[in-house]
Amino acid sequence: MNARFRTILEEGVLPPLVALAIAMVAGDLLILMYGQAPGAVWRMLLEGTWGNAYGFGQVLYKATTLTCTGLAVAVSLRAGLFSIGAEGQLAAGGFAAAVAGLAIPAGTPEFFAVPVCVLAACLAGGAVGAVPGVLRAKFGAHEVIVTIMLNFIVLALLNYIVSTKLHVPETLHTPELHAGFVSRLSGTFAVFHGSAANWTLVIVGAAAAALWWFLFRTRAGYELRAVGLQPDAAENAGVKVGAAWRNAMMLSGALAGLGGINFVLGYKGYYEDGFAGGAGFLGIAVALVGRNHPLGVILAALFFATLSQGGLAINAMVPKQLVEALQGIVIVAVATSVPEVRRIVRQAAGKMAGGRA
Amino acid sequence: MRKLFGFIGALLAVHVALLFVHPSGAAAVPTGHALEVGVVFDLGGRGDKSFNDGAYIGAMRAAKELGARVRFVEPGEGSDREAGLRLLAAEGMDLVVGVGFIFTDDLTELAKEYPTVAFAGVDYAVTIGPDGNPVAPPKNLAALKFREEQGSFLVGALAALVGDSKKVGFVGGMDSPLIHKFEAGYRAGVKQVCADCTVIAQYAGVTPEAFRNPGRGKELALSQYQQGVNVIYHASGSTGLGVFEAARTLKKFGIGVDADQYKEAPGFVLSSMVKRVDNAVFDVIRRVNAKTFTGGIYSFGLAEDGVGYVYDEHNKALIPDAVRQRLEALKADIVAGRITVPATR
Repeated sequence: MNARFRTILEEGVLPPLVALAIAMVAGDLLILMYGQAPGAVWRMLLEGTWGNAYGFGQVLYKATTLTCTGLAVAVSLRAGLFSIGAEGQLAAGGFAAAVAGLAIPAGTPEFFAVPVCVLAACLAGGAVGAVPGVLRAKFGAHEVIVTIMLNFIVLALLNYIVSTKLHVPETLHTPELHAGFVSRLSGTFAVFHGSAANWTLVIVGAAAAALWWFLFRTRAGYELRAVGLQPDAAENAGVKVGAAWRNAMMLSGALAGLGGINFVLGYKGYYEDGFAGGAGFLGIAVALVGRNHPLGVILAALFFATLSQGGLAINAMVPKQLVEALQGIVIVAVATSVPEVRRIVRQAAGKMAGGRA
Repeated sequence: MRKLFGFIGALLAVHVALLFVHPSGAAAVPTGHALEVGVVFDLGGRGDKSFNDGAYIGAMRAAKELGARVRFVEPGEGSDREAGLRLLAAEGMDLVVGVGFIFTDDLTELAKEYPTVAFAGVDYAVTIGPDGNPVAPPKNLAALKFREEQGSFLVGALAALVGDSKKVGFVGGMDSPLIHKFEAGYRAGVKQVCADCTVIAQYAGVTPEAFRNPGRGKELALSQYQQGVNVIYHASGSTGLGVFEAARTLKKFGIGVDADQYKEAPGFVLSSMVKRVDNAVFDVIRRVNAKTFTGGIYSFGLAEDGVGYVYDEHNKALIPDAVRQRLEALKADIVAGRITVPATR
């Protein structure tokens, strides 16, 4: 077997598969605990998600946001930092997109308005991400603590602004944007009727591809990964570690902020307080399961989106806590299976080599 | 690597085997012609001892008394609200209920899309048109509104009459127009029976988190009790549990909200301002069942038994008969329109 292929298989593909298998069996047991038949529940879950265009559209919609937050966490992890801040950055991005859409006069052509709103979302997310990046680079403040705390600050601030200045009375959302709407998939493909899936997913897909190019094909991306693997060695090799950390956190924030346009520009057309609803935190799981690789992140986002939408479909038979528990099991399984899998693999490889010698 | 594939294979084998297990109690797909009702809860979900549970109780009562078949959906995030409603509407339910003002836009949109399905929104926020009049919801959508200020008015009077210290307290959850409605009614009730009383009103915060912060609730309540307040009314979700905790510690009174909260601190909960979401939900299901359902704005105040205060065997001993009579007289005045309770500060 080709060595490169083998490494990819062992380190990238197998751990999530093991986690998936563990989660399926754990799910079976949980379903049995509720006195339901696993076969029927899984079937209902698949029928409600990949089984019809509407359900699939909902999966695509949810996966779009999760891809953004997953990529955000993945970039920070590649740089050796653990960002918990995607939740606040996602909200900030969505808010900035809404403010940009409200500031633009009505009737502005969409080919101008949409990029302005997207740019605003990225800039806002990036600005929030810059705070832990700079604090880490300049003062060595731990990014985990800074990003957690920043979530509270950002969310409380946005809530204050929306609930006192910008909201439509008796609601928690801003007025509708003047321009900057991204149309839904259902506008082109009628089968998606009713689902929230929209063309933002193309923007996000392009961002994922660009991120792959940046990480694996550019010098700056190489430096970012080198810093993540071994900062001291990278520094000795002439990489400015502080700058790399700052840039990684800004990029991470911008990606999370980009996720906000999915809801604001593509779905509702306004910013609603609390729309992030945990998608930022779930991004951590997406990045872990996706092994910090853009392609893996997209697949993991689709997986978690399927669980989330499927949870709604099977809600008649089992409570939603079951799906939440299942998500937790996947995360724990992945987190532990990574070093575990490597150890087992290395032992097996050692035996095989020993046998042959 | 072979070991690992073996491991995955073993797990898959177990999984496939379990797929064929069919417990005896497993739900069969329901068939028949019963009235079908779908309820989508707010993010708080079941077990909030407040309006989500109220809607649950009302729907279950309809299941028992009217034979309605009820399905519940608990959304996980923002976009699930619409998805949950759509799921139920697409299945051809007779009535779909969204619990919480946050469903307003989603309900309006879906009611237009599914004109043959009846919809109802608990706390539905009616938009005010450019002419200053409320915009009527779609014809197949019932907006279930509560006059919380009327119930709050009565417990305000109760607090002032029983407290007897010229100072009464109010702890709100999130500083927002919805909770200001409770405060406004409460203040008016206090002033009605005691013109020189002062109301100390404080809020636990400016985010929805303020409805889930018992620690903050206790802190605010303790400081109010120290200032000479004897009775505190809270409208703050589970933050109020901290208010009751403080009442128990200092042997003072708290007043509950939404549901009867006597059990949270027996002996120290003077009464509760109940919001009968269960009655409203049952009522709308009954109308659909009797084919008398029409959309529009349904207002549940004291007259409709939509709001009220608790007076039963538990707290009878805490409320003197003279006070009880005064409250009933005030209630009759409000119902007859002799007193108009303000809904804004």
